[in-house]
Amino acid sequence: MNVIRQTFEVLRKELLVEWRSPARVSGLFFFALAMLLMVAFASPTEGILRTQAGGTLWISLLLASTRSMDQSWSTEMEHGAAEGMLLWPVEPVAIYYGKALANTAILLAVTVAIFPLMVGLYDVPVRGDLSMLAAIAVMGCAALAAPGTLYGLITAQARGASVLLPLLMFPLVVPALLAASRGTMVVIEGDPMLQGSSWLSLLVAFNAIHWSLSGLFFGRVLEDG
Amino acid sequence: MEAGSAWMLTGPNGSGKSTMLRCMATSLKPHRGHILVDGTDLWENRQTLRAEIAYLGHELHVWDDLSPRQNLQAWNRLGRFEVDVDALLERVNLEPHRDHPVRAMSAGMKRRLGLARLLLKKPRLALLDEPFGALDPEGRELVLDVIRELRTSGTTIALATHLPRIGAQACTHGLALEAGQLLWAGTASGLLERLP
Repeated sequence: MNVIRQTFEVLRKELLVEWRSPARVSGLFFFALAMLLMVAFASPTEGILRTQAGGTLWISLLLASTRSMDQSWSTEMEHGAAEGMLLWPVEPVAIYYGKALANTAILLAVTVAIFPLMVGLYDVPVRGDLSMLAAIAVMGCAALAAPGTLYGLITAQARGASVLLPLLMFPLVVPALLAASRGTMVVIEGDPMLQGSSWLSLLVAFNAIHWSLSGLFFGRVLEDG
Repeated sequence: MEAGSAWMLTGPNGSGKSTMLRCMATSLKPHRGHILVDGTDLWENRQTLRAEIAYLGHELHVWDDLSPRQNLQAWNRLGRFEVDVDALLERVNLEPHRDHPVRAMSAGMKRRLGLARLLLKKPRLALLDEPFGALDPEGRELVLDVIRELRTSGTTIALATHLPRIGAQACTHGLALEAGQLLWAGTASGLLERLP
C-alpha cells in the first residue's frame, strides 16, 4: 500500500515539476512536429507519405522521448535530488514507477497534440476504431517510457548522456516501435484483417516485461550511481 | 559517538571529511572497515537505518523549478511525515520566499532550504557537510541553534567544517583528519586549542 502511495507522490511531484516548467513539454511537442514536417518535405510523393505515417509518427515520438527521459533525469541530478530520494524513506520501486508513469503521461500528451496535425499534414483519413488507436497510443508511449526511465538514469550518471541514451535505448525498443507503428497504420486504414489487436497484444507483452524488469533493477542502478 | 553528542570534523581539503559523512549517510559504501549503529552494520542495514539519518551535503537535494514550499511538501509526503511545512519555512526565515522558484534564490537561501529539508526527518543522526558555507552571520546562528535543538532532542550530530571556531560553539567533540587518516580526537575545545 505504501509503495502505491509513494508512487503516486513521485508522480505528483514529477507532474508538478513539468507544470512549473512547461517549456520542456512544449519543446518535445515542437521537436516531434519538426520531425513530421521534415519527413513531409523530404518525401517524394504523397502516397509514400501516407503509407509511412505510422512509422514517422512513432519515430518522432521515439526521438522526442530520448529528450524527455534525458530532461527528466537532469532535473533530478541538478542538485542531487536523485541521491536525496535514495537516502529518503522512499521505496526505489516507487521512484521508478512514479517517474515512468509521468514520462508516459508526457509522451501521451505530445502524441495527442501531434496526431491530429499528422492526420491533416499527411492527409491520412482515419477509418478504424479510435478506441483501438487510443489503446495503441497508451501502450506505445508506456513501452518507450519503461526502458527509457531506467536507461535515462544509467546514462544521466555518465558523460555524454544525450548520445548514450539513444544508443542504449533504440535497439531495445525496436519491437515496440514496430508494433506501435504497424498497429497505428492498420487502425488508420480501417483494420480490414483485424490485425490491430495482435499488434496491441505485442505492445502489452513488451510493457509487461519491461515495466516489471525495469522496476526490479531500478533500485540497484540508483544505489550504484 | 554517544547519542546526543555533536562531533566536528576538521581538516584540509581532501582530508576525507565529506567522504566520511557520505559513508555515514550511506551514500557511499566504505571500501574498508565498518560503521556500526547500535552494534549493527550500517551498510548492511541501510534500508531501515536511512529513515533515521538526515544528511545535508554539498548537494541540497532540491528541485530547482519548484518553490521552497513545494519542495518541502514533496519531501514531506514522500517520507510520509506530517511536519508543518509553513512553520518550518518560518523557522529558517524563508517564509517571504516560500513561493519563489528555488532557481531564483541565492546560495545562502538554498542552504537554508537544505537545512529545513533536514529537519523534516527528526533524525537520530544528523550529518552536515559545511553547514555554514554561503550563510550570513544570522544564518550561521540559525544552524548553531538547530544543532543545539537537535542535540537536546537526543540527535547525534556530525558536521564537517572549515570554520571550527563557529562549529565549536555547538559541538561537544572534535576530530582532525588529514589525507584520510585520523590525526586527533577529543573535545571540541581541545581541538580549538590545537589550531594555529
